[in-house]
Amino acid sequence: MLGEGILKGLAETAKNFAGSFVSEERLTTVEYPEQRLPQIENTRDFPFLVYDGEDPMAGLRCVSCQICEKECPPKCIYIVKSTDKKPDYVGKAQFYPTRFDIDISVCMSCQICVEVCPFDAIKMDTEFELSTSDRFGGLILDKHKLAKPNSYYQKIHPTEAAEVDGRLEEEKQKLEAKAKAAAEAAAAKAAADAAAKNAAVAPEGQA
Amino acid sequence: MKTAEELLSELQKALPGVQVSLVLNPSPSAQHALLVAAADALRVAFYLRDEAGYDYCSNATGVDWLDREVAEKVRTTRTVKKDVDGVEQEVEETIEQTVKRMESGYLEAVYHLYSMKMGPTDPHLPMVLRMRTENRTDRTELPSLTPVWRSAEFQEREIFDLYGIVFRGHRDLRRLLMWDEFEDHPMRRDYVDPDDYEYEPTPHDEVLKRAEAHRAAQGGAQ
Amino acid sequence: MSTSAIRSYLPPVIEVDAENELLEVAMGPHHPSTHGVFRMDVALDGERVVRLKPVFGYLHRNHEKIAEKTTYLASMPYTDRLDYFCSMTNNWAYALAVEKLAGLEVPERAEYIRVITAELTRIQNHASAIGFLMQEMGASGTPLMYAFREREKILDLFEELSGSRMMCNYMRFGGCRVDLPEGWLDRVSRLVAELPRFVDEMEALLTGNEILMARAQGVGVLKPDLAVNAGVTGVMLRATGVNYDVRKVDHYGIYDRFAFRVPLGDHGDIYDRYMLRVLEMRESIRILEQALPQIPAGPILDPKSKPRGFRPKPGEAYGRIEAPKGELGFYLISDGSGNPYRYRVRPPSLINLTILEDMCLGQNVADVVLIFGSVDIVLGEVDR
Ligand code: SF4
Ligand code: SF4
Repeated sequence: MLGEGILKGLAETAKNFAGSFVSEERLTTVEYPEQRLPQIENTRDFPFLVYDGEDPMAGLRCVSCQICEKECPPKCIYIVKSTDKKPDYVGKAQFYPTRFDIDISVCMSCQICVEVCPFDAIKMDTEFELSTSDRFGGLILDKHKLAKPNSYYQKIHPTEAAEVDGRLEEEKQKLEAKAKAAAEAAAAKAAADAAAKNAAVAPEGQA
Repeated sequence: MKTAEELLSELQKALPGVQVSLVLNPSPSAQHALLVAAADALRVAFYLRDEAGYDYCSNATGVDWLDREVAEKVRTTRTVKKDVDGVEQEVEETIEQTVKRMESGYLEAVYHLYSMKMGPTDPHLPMVLRMRTENRTDRTELPSLTPVWRSAEFQEREIFDLYGIVFRGHRDLRRLLMWDEFEDHPMRRDYVDPDDYEYEPTPHDEVLKRAEAHRAAQGGAQ
Repeated sequence: MSTSAIRSYLPPVIEVDAENELLEVAMGPHHPSTHGVFRMDVALDGERVVRLKPVFGYLHRNHEKIAEKTTYLASMPYTDRLDYFCSMTNNWAYALAVEKLAGLEVPERAEYIRVITAELTRIQNHASAIGFLMQEMGASGTPLMYAFREREKILDLFEELSGSRMMCNYMRFGGCRVDLPEGWLDRVSRLVAELPRFVDEMEALLTGNEILMARAQGVGVLKPDLAVNAGVTGVMLRATGVNYDVRKVDHYGIYDRFAFRVPLGDHGDIYDRYMLRVLEMRESIRILEQALPQIPAGPILDPKSKPRGFRPKPGEAYGRIEAPKGELGFYLISDGSGNPYRYRVRPPSLINLTILEDMCLGQNVADVVLIFGSVDIVLGEVDR
C-alpha cells in the first residue's frame, strides 16, 4: 500500500517522542551549563605543568630540556631555558624554565608533549571553559598559569597519576638506595682504610 | 599476482623496444616499481590495464627530486710501464678516484595500480609505475594517464597544481587546490612560502627567525 | 587500444538546444549541504544540469607539506583532521603505511583494538552519512538526530579510550598508545548488543519510505566499469555490484579471522548506497561480536617502536585500508631521516568525486545535492 512506509516511519518517531517522557535513556539532552555530564577520566584538553611540594615555581618538575617544544606538531610551546641551576623540590640542582608559554589557541590537544616528556613534568588538563575575548593575552598560558599541583593531577586522572606516582616513587627509591649504597660503600671503605691503618699501626704499638 | 620482475620481462616481450626498467625498493615493504620512459608510457599503461589486468589505479602522486651532488668512486684501469724484477713490463693498474658530479633533479609521477578483476591475491602488492620528467624547470611534461585510468583525473590535476608537472593529453588540466592565479608549486622541495603570515606570538627556531625578519620588514609594527 | 575504449570513460556530452539560454549557478562555497566548504559550478538548461564543475581547495592547508616538515609521529594528530568523522581509521591507515615502511610488528592485542575501534568508526560514519543524506533530501533533523544519538555513545567510548571524541590520535607505529581502560570492553559489548535495535529503528524509519524510494531509486546511477576505471571505492563502488573490499582483498590487520560478508548493490543508485550503508553497519556489528570476546591480553606496542628519534631506513611504502569512505592510502618515501621525504594521502573522498559530473549530467538540479550527499565525503579529506 502506498504510504505504508511513511506510516511505519511515523510510528517509529511517535514511539520515540512518547518514550522520551518516560524513559531516561531516550532523553539524551543535557542542559549545559546548569546540568553537566560526569567527566570522563581520560579526557584531555590542554597541557599543564605538574609541580610537587608547596611552592609552584620551586616544585616544577620541568627541567627545561625542550624536548616537548621540539616535538609539538604545531609548535605552540615556547621555552626559555635558565642559565643557572636551582634546587628542585628534592634539593637536586636542575635547570628550570625561565619562561614556559603554551599558546592554547594553537595547541591541538594532541598529547604528544606528554608522551615525549621524559620527566613526567607535563600532563593533560581537563579544564575546557577557557573562552576569553582577549586573543593574545588570554590564550597564552605562562608558567604561573600552567603550574598545577600533583594533587590536582591525582584528582583529574587518578589511574594515570597513580601509575606515574608509583614509577617516580620507585625511581626515587632506587636513587636513594643507590645513594645509600654509595654512602655505605664509602663508609665501609673509610672503615676499611682506618682498620688497615690501625692494623699497620697496631704491631708497632704492641712491640 | 606477478612480481615487478616478471611483469618487466613480460612487457619487454609483448611490447618490443619499450623502455622500461626496474626500480628496487630497499624497505621491508618490497614494493618494487617499474620506471617507464615518457614516450612509451601510454602504450605500457594500456597494456597494463587491458592485458595485464591492472584495471584500477589507486593512487597517483608526484615526487620532487632535487638536483644533487653525488660523489662516486670510479675505478679506472690503465696500463703503465713498470719495472718488475728488473725488466720493464706493461702492467695493468686499477686506481680509484672519487668523482663529484651534479645529478640533475627531476619530477616524478608515481602511480599505484591494483587489479579489481583478479580479486584477492597474496601477497597483495601494488604495481608501482613511475615516470620522470627531464628536469625540474622547463622540461616538465609527461603524458597524462587519465585516458587509461580516469581516477588519475583529479590526482594529475593535483600534481600539476602542487608540483608543476604538465600532463599532455589531460582533458581539463587546471589547478585543483590552489586558486588559478597562484603561481608557484607549493609541494616542491625548494618552495619558499610568501611572507604574508600573521605570526603567532610563540614562534621559535626557524619560524622565529622568519617572524623577526617579517617584523623588521614591517618596520617594527605588529 | 581503441579510441572508443578511451572515450567511454568520459562524462556524457549533453545536447542543448542552441536557442536555450543556460543559467549558471554557483552552488556553494558553503551550501552543498554543509559537508564543508565546497562549490559546484553548474550550468542549467531549465531544470536539467548540462555542465558541472566541482571547485576544491577552500579547506586546503597542504597537510602533505606540513607532514614532510615534521617527524613521523607529529603527523599522526594531523591525520585525525583529514576525515574528522573517522580519526581512528585515519590513524590506522597511516600507522599501517609506516609499519610497512619500517617493518614493525603489531602485537595481537593491538590488532584487536584496532579492529574494534575501526568497526565502531564505520558504524558511526555510516549512521551519520545516512542522516546527512536524509537531511539533504529534506527530512530535516529526525534521521540525523537518531544517528547522532548513537554516534554520541560511540564517541563517548572513544573519549574514554583515547581522551578525545573526534581527534583521537590513538594509534602508534606498531600498536596503540594506551591500553584499554577498566571496564571499557564491557561497555562496548553492552553498546554492541544494543546496536542492532538502532539499525532496525533506522530501517523502520527509512527503508520502506515511499518518498525516499521516489527520490533515490534510479537517481545518480553509476556504471560498474566506469566506477572501476575512475577509482571509486568503498560503498560507492560496491553499490554498483563490484566486489572489492580492501579488508577482504588485502587481509590487513586480522580481518581474515572474522566471518563477515561484503554487501553488494545492484543498480548503483542512491538507494543502493543507502541500503549498503545499513547492511555494512550490520556486518560491522557482526565483526564486533566476534572480536570482543576473543581479545587477548598482552602488550599493545611493538618494543621496537619509540616516540622519539624514529628514523626508518630509506625506501618507500604504500599502505591502504578500507576506511568507511573508501580506500584510504598513505604513500611514504623515507630518505633515512626523521622526517618523511614524501608523504602522500590517497583521499577516497576526493577520488570518489571524480564521477560526480558523470552522475549529475542530465539530472534535475534538485537531485544534484542528493547525489553529492550519497557520495559521503568530508571536505577535510578532499582538500587536505
Ligand atoms: S615539560 Fe618535559 S619535555 Fe618539556 S621541557 Fe619540561 S621536562 Fe622537557
Ligand atoms: S598537546 Fe600537542 S599541540 Fe598542545 S602543546 Fe602538547 S604537543 Fe603541542
